[in-house]
Amino acid sequence: MSEGTARPTGMTREDVTLSRLVQLAVSQREGTPRAKVNLARRHLIQRAAFGLLWLSGIAAVAILLAVVGYVVVQGAKVVNLEFLTTPPAGGLAASDVGGMSTTVVSTIYLVFWTIVIAGPLGVLAAIYLVEYAEEVEGGTGLIPTIVSVVRFAVEILAGVPSIIFGLFGYALFVSAVSLGWSFSLRSAAVTGACLVLPVIIRASEEAIKAVPRSYREASLALGATKWQTAWKVVLPAAAPGIITGIVLSVGRVVSETAVFFVTFGGTVRAPDTVFDLSSPGRSMALHVYYLAMETRAFDKAMGTGAVLILTIILINLLINIVSRRLAAKLKGR
Amino acid sequence: MEFQDVKLETKDYNLYYGDFRALKDVDIQIPRNAITAIIGPSGCGKSTFLRTFNRMNDLISGVRVDGGVFIDDHNVFAMDPVELRFCVGMVFQRPNPFPKTIFDNVAYGPRSHGVRDRAELAEIVERSLRGAVLWDEVKDDLNKSGLALSGGQQQRLCIARALAVEPDVILMDEPASALDPVATLKIEELIQQLKKEYTIVIVTHNMQQAARASDYTAFFMMDEDRAGYLVEHGPTQRMFTNPQEEMTERYITGRFG
Repeated sequence: MSEGTARPTGMTREDVTLSRLVQLAVSQREGTPRAKVNLARRHLIQRAAFGLLWLSGIAAVAILLAVVGYVVVQGAKVVNLEFLTTPPAGGLAASDVGGMSTTVVSTIYLVFWTIVIAGPLGVLAAIYLVEYAEEVEGGTGLIPTIVSVVRFAVEILAGVPSIIFGLFGYALFVSAVSLGWSFSLRSAAVTGACLVLPVIIRASEEAIKAVPRSYREASLALGATKWQTAWKVVLPAAAPGIITGIVLSVGRVVSETAVFFVTFGGTVRAPDTVFDLSSPGRSMALHVYYLAMETRAFDKAMGTGAVLILTIILINLLINIVSRRLAAKLKGR
Repeated sequence: MEFQDVKLETKDYNLYYGDFRALKDVDIQIPRNAITAIIGPSGCGKSTFLRTFNRMNDLISGVRVDGGVFIDDHNVFAMDPVELRFCVGMVFQRPNPFPKTIFDNVAYGPRSHGVRDRAELAEIVERSLRGAVLWDEVKDDLNKSGLALSGGQQQRLCIARALAVEPDVILMDEPASALDPVATLKIEELIQQLKKEYTIVIVTHNMQQAARASDYTAFFMMDEDRAGYLVEHGPTQRMFTNPQEEMTERYITGRFG
């Protein structure tokens, strides 16, 4: 700083030095600084890009509102307490009379068993892949090979079209004489579990990976075993992400049709209880299909669709609330 | 240097990350119930060396060691690492409490070792928190999350958590480097109190900290191949006033590193 230069108020010595340097740099250039020439153009591009981003965002919202709005408005004409609490009448084709109560019940049973089967399996597989398998990965030998095969399998499984799962379930559980499961809650739940297993594994894997290494080190340094570390420290810390994955799978089961079309049967009668595994049933999504395609009760299809979509929205809200609460609790707030 | 009452010892100890030799022929004796500071420039293997004593380096793939490391004359590499870590606690550079309550943080170690009795756990938690001079600040908030505490409190919680396992040795890896000066001073006072019952090894970047808070100082340096080795080890007083190696003198007077 040259002698006699008064330091502007509010500026520290560093600020002054910095502004002096900037002045120097600018004055050494001839004419208008380059940056200034470009400025108008850059602002224009910025505005155009931002406009495009805004439009894309609006489009997403508009499409959602159009679809949901249309179905809900149409469906609202038939949805009332009676519609929700009366079973559909008749058999496969003649279900255009009555409400949708049994399909709600069937859906709940189906979701219950699917998650009971795929939830623990998926979470344990994710723990294995992250906590146990990663240290052997990249090596040679039998176990590293198995691990990379498992990882590859999960990735492929996640991309398999759902009807393929349905075909598999149909061939293995429904029509196989040896099992004799036929169209049933059991067949549908096991096939559904296969469908959502990769969803749960991947969500859990990401959540477990995101747990800071320092938690694991702290636990191991206290003389905890690897399993204790995974179970008592890593899993609770990963819980928000894991729960998100599980609730996502609930949404998947609720909205899936192809798989359950070929495994659950389609009778309007629901299984008697959640343990009535050998009875067939019809989930809400299936009911929409049957109503729309096999009967002329389009209004009831819309009504069921409206209930279905509101359920999905509710589930998504639930994900947000639960995982946010849990995350806040973990952070100590 | 040689000691009468040796708690930890290494003999011709070498550590490799793959082909890279990170520690070279380290021979050191660490006395019981004293504070030994490990100083040296960044990258000289101080933390790696510290993690030798509770075998935390086992967690890093590609690490290979040779030579001997002993605790009370037992070879640590012949011990079960889980068992070893009951005796050798560790406090890390950044406070890393679990996202659990204060109580559950401290009770974590004893619970892992099979203590189930609620009253016994409560007693351990209180004793450990008192030991870490945190009890008076948190006794009414034991069910609050450990993460809701300030940085300095979190680090004392981590010390309490380590004490709860009743180790003989506490390893500290720059325990105050993420803390403000007031919290740092508290940790240093605490360490002074702990040495009555524990053998403490502390890695520090802060020369003043080593000078004022330790009884013995070990100075590590790296050679041309970047392998860390022990240059000099002695009473802190002597190391800082009358070092025997020129390299030590140059380092502690700030002429390099």
